[in-house]
Amino acid sequence: MLHIINKSPLERNSLDACLRIAEPGTILLIEDAVYAATRGTATETRVREALARFKICALLPDLEARAVADRVIDGVTTVDYSGFVDLVAENRSCQSWL
Amino acid sequence: MTEGTSKKFMFVNRTAPYGTVYALESLEVVLISAAFDQDVSLAFIDDGVYQLKKGQQTKGIETKNFSPTYRALEGYDVEKLYVERESLAARGLTEADLIVDVTVLGSRELGQLIEEQDAIFSF
Repeated sequence: MLHIINKSPLERNSLDACLRIAEPGTILLIEDAVYAATRGTATETRVREALARFKICALLPDLEARAVADRVIDGVTTVDYSGFVDLVAENRSCQSWL
Repeated sequence: MTEGTSKKFMFVNRTAPYGTVYALESLEVVLISAAFDQDVSLAFIDDGVYQLKKGQQTKGIETKNFSPTYRALEGYDVEKLYVERESLAARGLTEADLIVDVTVLGSRELGQLIEEQDAIFSF
């Protein structure tokens, strides 16, 4: 299934809760959650480890808006809005971790 | 309602009561879903477990204490309440601190249960 996160991992525990509870699947990082997709943060190690269990995607327009599209962690896939729609369509269910 | 139209709805509650309106809004939608004969379950994760803390006294903040509603849910055939063990432990709480009978599950078991749902409502 698809897990959507929209909060910065440095401000809120949404990412941690998702990584703790979710079964292996796909995670899409949008809005302030895209910081989790970037190198050099305090949460980078957790995200790199999670890549073993999850396909992790980040919304490119949100990365670009925040000027961090050039520091995406290797293994994280960037998607545009139509890629977002494809992810929703190809998964049986999705959960937003607010 | 005809047989076969019931879906598995899970309400995932991750916020404390009163600080925001999420907990109360979640309860409202839970009751609506139950009225439409859906297979409803509730999960309490992170600060969401505080929604079920026994002994809430809201007179001082002039807000309705909605915690008794959790006890009334079984009257609407909503009997599946799940609490994540790790979230309880992180807050120094045990099952005995909760206002209603729940099933305590580890992160892994809860994740499997979420996977089985047709629709997930996040609050």
